[in-house]
Amino acid sequence: MLDVAEQTASALAEPAVWRHKDLLDTDTLTRAEIELILATAEAMREVRSRPVTKVATLRGVTVVTLFYEQSTRTRASFEVAAKALGADVVNLTATGSSVEKGESLIDTVRTLEAIGADMVVMRHAASGAPYLAARHTGASVVNGGDGRHAHPTQALLDLFTLRRHLGSLEGRKIVIVGDVLHSRVARSNLWTLLAMGAAVTLCGPATLLPWTLAGRSETGSCDVTSDFDSAIEGADAVMALRLQTERQAGGLVPSLREYVAGYQLNAQRLARARAGALVLHPGPMNEGVEIAPAVAHGLASVIEEQVANGVAVRMAILYLIATARGVR
Amino acid sequence: MTAELLFGPSEIGRTVRRLAHEIVENNRGAGSLILVGLLSRGYPLARRLAAAIEEFEGAPVPVGRLDIGLYRDDVARRAEPRPLRPSEIPVPVDGLTVVLVDDVLFTGRSIRAALDALLDFGRPARVRLAVLVDRGHRDLPIRPDFVGKNIPTALVQSVRVRLAETDGEDGVFILGAEATHA
Repeated sequence: MLDVAEQTASALAEPAVWRHKDLLDTDTLTRAEIELILATAEAMREVRSRPVTKVATLRGVTVVTLFYEQSTRTRASFEVAAKALGADVVNLTATGSSVEKGESLIDTVRTLEAIGADMVVMRHAASGAPYLAARHTGASVVNGGDGRHAHPTQALLDLFTLRRHLGSLEGRKIVIVGDVLHSRVARSNLWTLLAMGAAVTLCGPATLLPWTLAGRSETGSCDVTSDFDSAIEGADAVMALRLQTERQAGGLVPSLREYVAGYQLNAQRLARARAGALVLHPGPMNEGVEIAPAVAHGLASVIEEQVANGVAVRMAILYLIATARGVR
Repeated sequence: MTAELLFGPSEIGRTVRRLAHEIVENNRGAGSLILVGLLSRGYPLARRLAAAIEEFEGAPVPVGRLDIGLYRDDVARRAEPRPLRPSEIPVPVDGLTVVLVDDVLFTGRSIRAALDALLDFGRPARVRLAVLVDRGHRDLPIRPDFVGKNIPTALVQSVRVRLAETDGEDGVFILGAEATHA
């Protein structure tokens, strides 16, 4: 009867298990780990639809949001997610904290750990800052956006939204248009979309494109082009990025009018995409610049859904990290 | 490790039918009733019970499924937590008799978690518990109302229920050191 025992054991073998202390970017995630996040987020979405939308799973866990850059949806979304799981939340911003007195990032995260923070959700203007923080604290660090480098939870909620509408992303054509060069959202999205087998096109003015990413073979390949009208042809989804005026030393876009003429996602351009193609935007939007108001609020838009899904995806991340932290 | 088959498909089928009769008898019919199965294997059992009740009583009985992962008392202690799945309770449970259904009753901790999860969906009139196997060794003051089989076990052993819906075959197995029930 040994074979039965073996069969039983294999039937009981679980799929992917989360083992990471931190979530810093999406480039290190395996496809199985991404699937685990999406499945967990689906369960969290169901929790949010119940008469009682809150559970006590993370009671006794303290989550600190540490934001060195301004944010509306990401910080609020993490706070709602943590509270929906029963965690205690402390919100810190650079202004009004000891950062203004010159405290270093390392000292700040060590202080937070000493106070009892189990997880630190961090946003910082410097690319790589969460990596530095993660190396110097036992608390789990979740990257809420670092400079122009990465924004993993945004990419995961974008993926979750795409999957709910498109099913499998294998071979699906996804166009990311705008200021790709300065966009942490585009970069993190690229890794998840390629991992799921999508065909990604990065599109924007030549001065705002990461040409070095064209045809990278180790993660799959993406197209890089400055011809938006051709790129959008037959697309399953288009993600418009915010034109980041605060990150531009200037001179990269000749004029706003020229940018709008060549790269605004408007109804005429959307008509070239596949019928029923989805419109995404990570927010906040400059309506009338990178996206026309009629498209931003049109039938194809899933932009508000992205925000709602953000809570479920962030609940999934916080929960999975808690399970990986082991005996407390 | 040895795996000993305790009972097979026909015995499981008879047991499910007997449990269905007991549930209907206790509830005085199939009205105001919902069966809620714990994921993974309580849910297919709940569906089988509902099908049997519909056959006997001629009235359909709603079936829900419950994932208790977020309600466990050992979230940060388990080395390999089960992936979460969405729960689904198809009708409001307020005022209904809810029969929780699971495959194996052991420490009672899963049932404690299931009660907490269920109460987040509303306020049932009463909650009953049906299990295919009760193997003993309770940690909490929890007692089943409907029991398929009582199987006395040693703590070092484990009981595995396999169902066609989840495992491709029906069978109840006892795993581990020498069986003491023989």
